[in-house]
Amino acid sequence: MNPVIRIENISKRYRIGTVHDRPDTLRDLLTTGAKRVGRLLKSGHDGRYEGPSYIWALKDISFEVERGQVLGIVGRNGAGKSTLLKILSRVTDPTLGYGEIHGRVGSLLEVGTGFHPELSGRENIYLNGAILGMHREEIDRKFDEIVEFSEVGKFIDTPVKRFSSGMYLRLAFAVAAHLEPEILVVDEVLAVGDAEFQLKCLGKMNDVAQEGRTVLFVSHNMSAILRLTQETIVLDQGKMIMRAPTPQAVDHYLNMGLNKQGERIWADNKSVDGEAPFVPVALRVLNPKGEVVDTVNATVGFSIELEYRLNQEISGLRVGIYMMTTRGEFVFTSFDTDDPEMFEKHTMRKPGHYISRCTIPPDLMNEGRYVLGVNASVYRIQRYFQDDKALIFTVDATGGPGMHWPEPRLGPVRPNLDWTIGKVDR
Amino acid sequence: MTDTTRPTNDTVPVIYLRPSTGWLGIDLKELWRYRELIFFLTWRDIKVRYKQAVLGVAWAVLQPILTVLIFTVIFGVLLGTPSEGLPYPLFAFSAMLPWQLFASALQRSSVSLVGNANLITKIYFPRLAIPLSTVFSALVDFGISLVVLLLVMIYYQHLPGLNSLWLVPIILLTLLTALAVGLWLSALNVQYRDVQHMVPFIIQVWMYASPIVYPIETIPAGIWRSLYGLNPMVGVIQGFRWALLGGNPPDVTMLISVVVVILLLVSGLYYFRRMEKTFADIV
Repeated sequence: MNPVIRIENISKRYRIGTVHDRPDTLRDLLTTGAKRVGRLLKSGHDGRYEGPSYIWALKDISFEVERGQVLGIVGRNGAGKSTLLKILSRVTDPTLGYGEIHGRVGSLLEVGTGFHPELSGRENIYLNGAILGMHREEIDRKFDEIVEFSEVGKFIDTPVKRFSSGMYLRLAFAVAAHLEPEILVVDEVLAVGDAEFQLKCLGKMNDVAQEGRTVLFVSHNMSAILRLTQETIVLDQGKMIMRAPTPQAVDHYLNMGLNKQGERIWADNKSVDGEAPFVPVALRVLNPKGEVVDTVNATVGFSIELEYRLNQEISGLRVGIYMMTTRGEFVFTSFDTDDPEMFEKHTMRKPGHYISRCTIPPDLMNEGRYVLGVNASVYRIQRYFQDDKALIFTVDATGGPGMHWPEPRLGPVRPNLDWTIGKVDR
Repeated sequence: MTDTTRPTNDTVPVIYLRPSTGWLGIDLKELWRYRELIFFLTWRDIKVRYKQAVLGVAWAVLQPILTVLIFTVIFGVLLGTPSEGLPYPLFAFSAMLPWQLFASALQRSSVSLVGNANLITKIYFPRLAIPLSTVFSALVDFGISLVVLLLVMIYYQHLPGLNSLWLVPIILLTLLTALAVGLWLSALNVQYRDVQHMVPFIIQVWMYASPIVYPIETIPAGIWRSLYGLNPMVGVIQGFRWALLGGNPPDVTMLISVVVVILLLVSGLYYFRRMEKTFADIV
């Protein structure tokens, strides 16, 4: 079967530099001289002129996507994901390379694009539909379905500026989700909205794929990537470093560039973060003797500590960790003020240097590699710091329950449970 | 949900991605496919413009009327400017109409690309749809003012004749003029925000360089008149006034205006298309 998307050596170069480097006002233009005028009028970017202040956002990306395939794209911020999607949806041109797309591309680059706050929900459905490339009769036909999906119901004739952000988002996604392009490009739409609606969106995307349409799905949500895609591309610094079945690609991505020494130290950006209320210093995995280690033994337990600095008094702060498998599944989340008594006692944290440490009890974790994430926030008020993959470490379960059978055990936990065996006489 | 009418592989459009080079031509077919988008953008502009104004659409009428009143007092009464034998308010109003159409279309289209940056950076559609729709949206105000002008004409017992059919091509010429200049300015404004500060000034100077408050005869005939005709709004206003009120018929200045508009439009389209591909990167 012919690929629906085929791109060859697509590269994109952006001009960077400070505002003063770019002739964004006429005065700058005049001062940089007429030579520049000639060059600019000749062409904004013609691939020939090489200046010092350029950056390749994408470099030599080539891949093919078959019809009906759901392809995941992962990478850190700045890896080039958005640029790639922009090129595929024709918002911007590649600087070099060639590509072929068979079919209309519908993009959910950011839901709600073109929504006008003054217009009513109904009016915005038509406007947004037209912007996304739907025809009027198509919108007429799907109107009721869109309204139903969005759950905004009787508010449909209210200006959307009076909508709650949830309603706004649901309506926007509903319009976009009812597009029927051959290729759907989805970027991070699931990062927002409540859990129930997220499920609905995932369901809708699944339907789209089931219908034999092609989906490109970019997300930081590894479990969504794992659930929805079979194959995934990993981008790093503008290059495609991997294309593999999703579990493998996600594992690779989560391991990428992670500190494997049992300790993660954040650079001391005093000059930059001097005023930030919360500044992370280090995250460490410790064995029972208090030594920083990469590998811990599950049978004796271990501890995890986060060292940080507060530059301001913060009220209601909670500092915690996420434990994740390298496949992106969460094992647990825990905060230092989970215990109501602790929360009462540490309601106010004065400026200063702190360490929050927790002990992982013996015989909790199964063997394997785990990713630690960090979160410092005040519930519902503010998130001061978050790093979903701050550190990776290894758990060794030697001596743990069932180790006399040398087989891998399913599941991230390996508890030592009390069993009784009784013979039952019938 | 299976849709049997979905196009098969034979009818699926193929999109090619490649670096943009030079002159791309105007894809009129594509523009036509996006006609509904142009319609909705126009409709949005109109709808939003008067949404929270207490007087609403009345502003479309008040603005030219107040301007004409001021002109009548200053130029008609105080300075005694000649007005081709027409009552001065009628003389000024008939020029004010195409001028307002031009000025508001120009003003809106020149900032249109920057104003719709969120669309441009997220979704593909022919970029021409944006300045086009702003130019169209200026037509609504114009239509309302035209009704007011007709009422003023009735008041002065000056009824339009058959010549008024010429209004159609003349209005078209006005829109094309606004579009031509708007294409240049909107594309330039994407990179040089100075443009949007210059536009009100450009419009003001341009207005006094057009026969709105004074008759074209004020300019000496011959070479000066021909130079004057390089301003395409000269031909437009002259033609508009003549079609509706009679008086001096358009002459060679009209022809010069048409040629200038065509030149501006072709070069504007060329520049716009050339810069179009970089809008999303630099806006």
